[in-house]
Parts: sequence; C-alpha cells; structure tokens
Amino acid sequence: MSSEAGLPSLPREPAQILERVVIRFAGDSGDGMQVTGNQFASTTASVGNDLATLPDFPAEIRAPAGTLPGVSGFQIQFASDEVFTPGDRPDVLVAFNPAALKTNLSDLRAGGILIVNVDSFRETDLRKAGYAANPLDDGTVDAFQVFKVEVTRLTRAALATSDLPTQTVDRCKNFFALGMMYHLYNRPLDVTARWIEHKFAGKPKLVEANLNALKAGVAFCEATEQFRSTYKVPPAKLEPGTYRSISGNQAMALGFVAASTRSGLPLFQGSYPITPASDLLHELSLFKNFGVITFQAEDEIAAIGAAIGASFAGSLGITSTSGPGMALKAELLTLAIMVELPLVVVDVQRAGPSTGMPTKTEQADLLQAVFGRFCEAPCIVLAARSPADCFETAYEACRLSVRHMTPAILLSDGFIANGAEPWRLPVVDELAPFPVTFQTSPDGFLPYERDARTLARPWALPGTPGLEHRVGGLEKSDGAGHVSYDPQNHERMVRLRAEKVARVADELPLAEPEGELRGGLLVVGWGSTYGAITSAVRRARATGRRVSQLHLRHLSPLPRNLGEVLARYDRVLVPELNLGQLALLLQGRYLVPIERQNKIQGLPFSAAEIEERILELTGGDPR
Amino acid sequence: MSSVSGTTKLSKKDFATDQEVRWCPGCGDYAILSATQQLLPELGIPREKFVIVSGIGCASRFPYYMNVYGFHTVHGRAPAIATGIKLTNPDLSVWIVSGDGDALSIGGNHLIHVMRRNVDLNLLLFDNRIYGLTKGQYSPTSETGKKTKSTPFGSIDRPFNPLVLALGAGATFVARSVDVYTPHLKQVLTAAQTHQGTSFVQIYQNCNIFNDGAFKSFREKEGREENSLVLEHGQPLLFGKGRDRGIRLDSRQRPEVVRLGGGVTEQDLLVHDEQGPLGYTAMLAALEPPEFPVPVGILRRVTVPTFDSGMRRQIDEITAARGRGDLARALASGNTWTIK
Repeated sequence: MSSEAGLPSLPREPAQILERVVIRFAGDSGDGMQVTGNQFASTTASVGNDLATLPDFPAEIRAPAGTLPGVSGFQIQFASDEVFTPGDRPDVLVAFNPAALKTNLSDLRAGGILIVNVDSFRETDLRKAGYAANPLDDGTVDAFQVFKVEVTRLTRAALATSDLPTQTVDRCKNFFALGMMYHLYNRPLDVTARWIEHKFAGKPKLVEANLNALKAGVAFCEATEQFRSTYKVPPAKLEPGTYRSISGNQAMALGFVAASTRSGLPLFQGSYPITPASDLLHELSLFKNFGVITFQAEDEIAAIGAAIGASFAGSLGITSTSGPGMALKAELLTLAIMVELPLVVVDVQRAGPSTGMPTKTEQADLLQAVFGRFCEAPCIVLAARSPADCFETAYEACRLSVRHMTPAILLSDGFIANGAEPWRLPVVDELAPFPVTFQTSPDGFLPYERDARTLARPWALPGTPGLEHRVGGLEKSDGAGHVSYDPQNHERMVRLRAEKVARVADELPLAEPEGELRGGLLVVGWGSTYGAITSAVRRARATGRRVSQLHLRHLSPLPRNLGEVLARYDRVLVPELNLGQLALLLQGRYLVPIERQNKIQGLPFSAAEIEERILELTGGDPR
Repeated sequence: MSSVSGTTKLSKKDFATDQEVRWCPGCGDYAILSATQQLLPELGIPREKFVIVSGIGCASRFPYYMNVYGFHTVHGRAPAIATGIKLTNPDLSVWIVSGDGDALSIGGNHLIHVMRRNVDLNLLLFDNRIYGLTKGQYSPTSETGKKTKSTPFGSIDRPFNPLVLALGAGATFVARSVDVYTPHLKQVLTAAQTHQGTSFVQIYQNCNIFNDGAFKSFREKEGREENSLVLEHGQPLLFGKGRDRGIRLDSRQRPEVVRLGGGVTEQDLLVHDEQGPLGYTAMLAALEPPEFPVPVGILRRVTVPTFDSGMRRQIDEITAARGRGDLARALASGNTWTIK
C-alpha cells in the first residue's frame, strides 16, 4: 500500500498491547463523524473486542459549518476485558477542526493522543471557533502527544486522479482519518470496505474514492515517521456465541419483532417521528415480510390511538415516542388502562422539559411513566439498561402486557438508543413463547370476567360471532362491562386495576444485589446508568470498599422483596440523570433514607463520577 | 363488504342492546339510531363483523345501543382508533359515529387525515351545531353571532362547512342527510357502506334542548321539498313542490335558483355528477339557505385506492419477494462474528 502514497515504509516498532482504549472522533456535523465512529465500532466489534459507544451530536442537521454548536462527536471504548460504558476521558481525540478541539480538549486525558486536521486551522476556522490565536502553537495542547496531519491536502493528493469535484473529494477525508486509526490500532479494512461498496452501490467513482481515501490513511501512517508506534487491543473473552454490534433502537425493534413471532400476534406500531425515538419507526418499517404494520400517524395522539385500535382488533399494538410525546399520549393511555387491552408504549427519554435538548440524554420521565396520568391509572413500567438489553426488555414488556391485559411503558433513553455494544444473538427457540388464547366461546361470556390469578379480562376480537360487546372509557361494571356509575363498583374497579398491575410482581424475579448479602453501601440504579454504576462498583470493590449493586429493570411494580433488600444495607445510593425520581419513589414506598447522586447535563454519568461518590460514602468503612 | 351471514336472517331487534338509551326525549339521535338498527341487518354483513367506534359527546354514546362490537373512545380520537382496527382486520365493517365538536373541533386533525388516507370506513358526523353533553356551548358549525352559555353576547368565529372541509381533505365519498329523513338516510348509508374508502356523511341532527329548530326549514315535513335539494347522479338539480325550480350557472358562472317555464327548461340546469370537478362539488357543498335549498344526498363518490388495501398489498408484495420473515435470520443480519 505504501507505493500508492509514493512513500517508502519505515521499520516499525512492535505493536504495544493495551487492555482498553477510549477514542473520540469530533468534527463538524458535516464531517461524517457518526459514520466514522460507527465504522470504527463495527470493525472493532468484528475483531472481538468488547465495546460501548456514545454518539453525541447536535439537534441541528447542519449548524453553521465550523461553529461550536455544529460539533458532532462519537466516542468508543473498546477492550480485551468487559466494557460497560463508552469511557470517561478519551485516550485519543481526533479533532477535525478548531471548534471540535475547543469543545472536546478538556476531556482528553493528560498525555493522550491528539490528532488534528491542520488544514482546517486557518484563521477563519479559528475565528469561527472563537480562538484568538492558533491553539496548536500557543501551548494549549502541550500536555498531549500531538499529531498534526494535513488530512484535507493528503486526501486530495490521494484522489488526484479522480475527476470528482473537490467538494466531493473533501467529503472523503473522514475515511482518510479512519484509515489512520485502523493502522494505529491494527484493525482490518474489510468491514468498512464492504460498507462503502454497499453504501455507494451503483456509484463506482464514490466507492473508489472512499476506498482510496481509507487506504491512503493507512499508507500515510505506514510511511510517515510521525506514527512509529501502533497498538493492539486483543480480543475480549466474551461468552461463546455469535455476536453483532447493535444500538438500543435496533435491539428494541428486534425485540418487538421477536415478541410478535413468538406470540403469534401481528405487530402494529403507531408512531410519530420524534428524536431520539424515530429510529424505532425506521427499523420496524423494514420488517414488512414479518407482517409488521407501521403506521406513521398524523400526531402522537393518533399514533397511540391507532395502536389501541389495533390491539382491540387482535394485534400486538405498540407506540414509540420521547418525553413530549408521552405527555400527549397520556389520555389515550388511560383509555387502554380502562378497557384493559395490551399495549406497549416506548419512551426514549431525552433532556427537557419542553423541547429541551432533543439529542441529549436524561432519565427524567420515570415519575411520568409511573404516575404521570390523571386519576388512578397504574401501568407496568420497565427500563432497559443497555443497548442490547433493549431487546430483552421489549420482549418482556410485550409478554407482560399481553399476559396481564394492561399497558406497559418501556423506558429507554438517548444514550442507549443511539449507543451500541456487542450483542450475543439469542437463540430463537430459547425465547419463551407466549401464545395467546382469544375468547371464542359465547357461553357465559362476560367482557370483564377475570382470570383468577392475573385478574386479566378475556381478549375477545371483533369478528368473533356471539361475542359482540362494547368497551370504552366510561367506568364499567365488573364482569358484565356495562356502563356503571355505582360508587361501590367504581372503587372495586379502581382497586382491581391497581391490583392487576401489583400482581405482575408475583411473577417477577426477586431483587438480588451483586456483592454483599448485607451491610455496607448498596448502589441502586435503573436504566442506562447500569454501565457506569457497574464499572464504578467494580473499581471500588477492587480497592476493598464494601459496596454492592442492584439494578432495577421493573419499576412498576417493583420487585416484591425490594423493601426488605434495601433495609439490609447500611446506606443506599441512587445515582440517576434527574433530580432524584427513583430516590423519591423508594423513599415513599419503603421509608428508607436514600443518598442521591444527580446529574442533569444531557450526558451520561462517567464511571469516575460514581466511583468518587462511592468512595466518599464508604470512606470510613474499608473492608 | 361482500361477506354474507350464513346464519338466520337478523332483524332490527337483533341490533339493539339491553341498555337503556340515555338521550334526551325528542333528540334527533333516536331517529338515526333507529334507521341504523333497521339498516345493518339489511346489508348482508354478519353482525360480528360490525365495529362502531365513537369519541365523546352525545352522539358518541351510540355504540352502547348497537348490539355489535363497539368502542367508545376518547374525545376526537375515534378516527385514529378506527384506523388501527381496520388496518389490523380489513374484513371488518368499521363505522365511526362522531359529533360536530368531536370531529371538527378537538378531533379536526384526525378527521382530515383519515379522509386524506382514504381508510375504508364510514364516518357519520351527527351535526347539531351545538355542544350538547357539556350543556350548550357553541360549536365549530354554529352560525356566527350564536348566543350560548359560553357566548352570551354572540359568537364571533365563523363556522366550518363540514362538506367543504371533507372535500378539501380529499374525501372520496361525501354525503349529507338529515336525522328524520329515514329512507333517504338509509339510502345514503347503504351507499357509504358500499363505497371503498372513507365515506363521510354529515347528518343534520336536531338538539331539541340546546339548539331546537336549527334545521327547521328543511327538516319539518312541510318545508322539505321547498328547501332541500335531493341530489341524484346524472339528474338535473331540481327541487320544490312539483320540482318546478332548479339550479343553473349564471353568466358569471355563479349558481342561481331559477323557476322552470318562461323559456327556462331542464336543459339549462346543472346536472349532478358525483365524479364532477372539485370546483363543482365545492360550489354545491357551499349552497346554503335561505338563498338556496340545502343539498342532500351523495355530493361526491370517486374511486381511489384505500389505505388499508395499500398497506396489505405492500406487505403481500414484500413477503412474496423476500419470503416470510425468518426471526433467526433477522437477528443475525449485519456484520456478525463468532466467539468459540
């Protein structure tokens, strides 16, 4: 390959072996940082590392080029050991322009590698980023190993024989940088080469240009004296099986398709586009040959309405949205609770309130999910803890909603929805099927007759002779299901609906903390904080601290033994990306004192932040 | 809907429930309920295939009184729920019962989109030009200046013309009838049921408590022929006792009422065309008393593919091309690697 760049190869040093590396790609939102990051992640997954990613991009599709608000980033942590988070501070920062440098440099660890495209550090670029002087020359970057690379010029040189316009050539520079990173970390090109061929199928010039840019990046590093060292991160010892890299939204879509297949219910998704949940609609709309109906509704309300209608007619009705959409859906959600039909509502949480920061993550919809409806309107609530976990929780939400004939809310968030990790493919036959028995016999049929164990009512589909009946939002008499204003009946029905959700806990696994059986600190989390908490707890335990971990998947109902578990520990810490919603829930339910750790910056916790708090709380209590 | 019940022939009483009807005595809803209970057994569709979906309001109590599948939903949202039902099971005969507040105010968005998509269902708009269940506020079809509990000095906003709205939203079947025109109403509803697509039927309905006499001029027997124009496809726009008057376009292409005779013949009149240009249909929909008679019947009926059939076709075509989805293969799509 060196001949292609016209440079001779230099003698190499043997690659250094590293256990884990954190790389952040940052550039203008038009620079292709998400593609670059995702390609690095796919390739890294394919060589067997464990990994986690954090895409961090602005809501604006194209903010003015070169400005601070236009910076788009992608961070990946990969390792030969288990990875739970995308990493705290990057070891390597690839900055495509001064704005990217300015917004990301403070995160780079001291002594870390900084690779910059010097071609975009012209005076106008510096001004757009608010630099008075060039930070590459004034001491700003002295604490790092700096590699100044003329990425734009070298890409143009590599594609000199291409007759593509310069603007198009310049768009290939992210692949040049990716090629450099593949060389530095000893990664193969084949995964990205296949992707380029697929992505630009039918456009041979673009295929050639991007492939050449990729190879030129590799060749440049091989030839130049700048990069004498390369690094190797050996494969992780992951459980045997077949793996793929998957984002939370992809995994969740597959979870719904799996639930549909294993229950025999056709899947119906009503949805209205909203960041960061739209990918669920995009993903599911690809599964037409599974009989999946995706309905892009006129608004959030119609989206849930159509899903409820679909459930009434015998589909597995689901609707997906983010916080603002949840608020709009609330009234119809109470209808689904009232008519006791299955329905799964996905809330991919984002930072708010109001429009807030749509592309940034937050966990502030917990209490909305558990309580956020008028009157006594209980729901099953679950939360996914990682991208891959979105598959299982989606499956579980469907199973519970169908079995108990009541809606379930499934919480995800922007962090795990867009973040990715390796996923060991489940074996289809090992996914517990949940076939549904619809009511068919008219003999003694009562629309609100109840299953003795779950209190679920029968699911009687329109089109079934002899079961003609009416459901609706007005209070119904238990059993017969006639409109009823009887005071005693209303109280009975309110209690029944609550009891129905409460009884879900009878079939849920008990809470089992990892670590100590009792005593010391218990860190309780829910949702996407799992990775950061797990890393932090493991590190603290490694230093001898007496700390245990419990991560809740089921938020409503909570595990039956949770109160007793919490009482076994000296202190309980709840880190969450809100002002203390789970803490409030646990204090209210179990009257236990809770230590809180709250962060509301649109960003996930770093493991270090939680570790620091754990050390502080366990300071006087070494093992 | 071509499926026919294999069981014994049902009658009106088979479509009534045991629930006590709770509309005010004298309400126009009773007439519509009775006509519908008469009609459904005559359509040749098994009873279990009917689903009636409603929103909130007086009209929306309708499902409780019809012994078919019924879903009394949320204010304004019936078209959304009905769409989900029809997409899931296209074999069902889905009917929406709504009112002027439910459909045109809180549910306006769903109304226009269900018509735009052309979901195969029948949408009955009971239009009494008043809010009844909340006890007498003006509605989006109330005439300007309406004095009600919420507008003691008269309403300021202009009303919708629901037919023009439906036409603007691209409805493929637009019709109007009146609660007490039983044979006419049944005729229109039969045509609505036969039509493939969203059938929008405005039914003028008298609220004898809060807006009594709103449609007096053409609702009562004595004024009917004089003040209503019964539309028939291919027939001239004739009305009046002895069908002695008609509608024609004047020299500026504006509609005018003319009396036959004195040189004016049927040849001069407009001839009704259910597939006529949208401008013609909108002109017709905008005819209002006292200057014009009230047009009733089918204003527009055009054939356009339905949303539900399109959805099914797409699923069938993709399934035929790719084969029925295989879960294991879907899970393993993209780049995979194996760890031993």
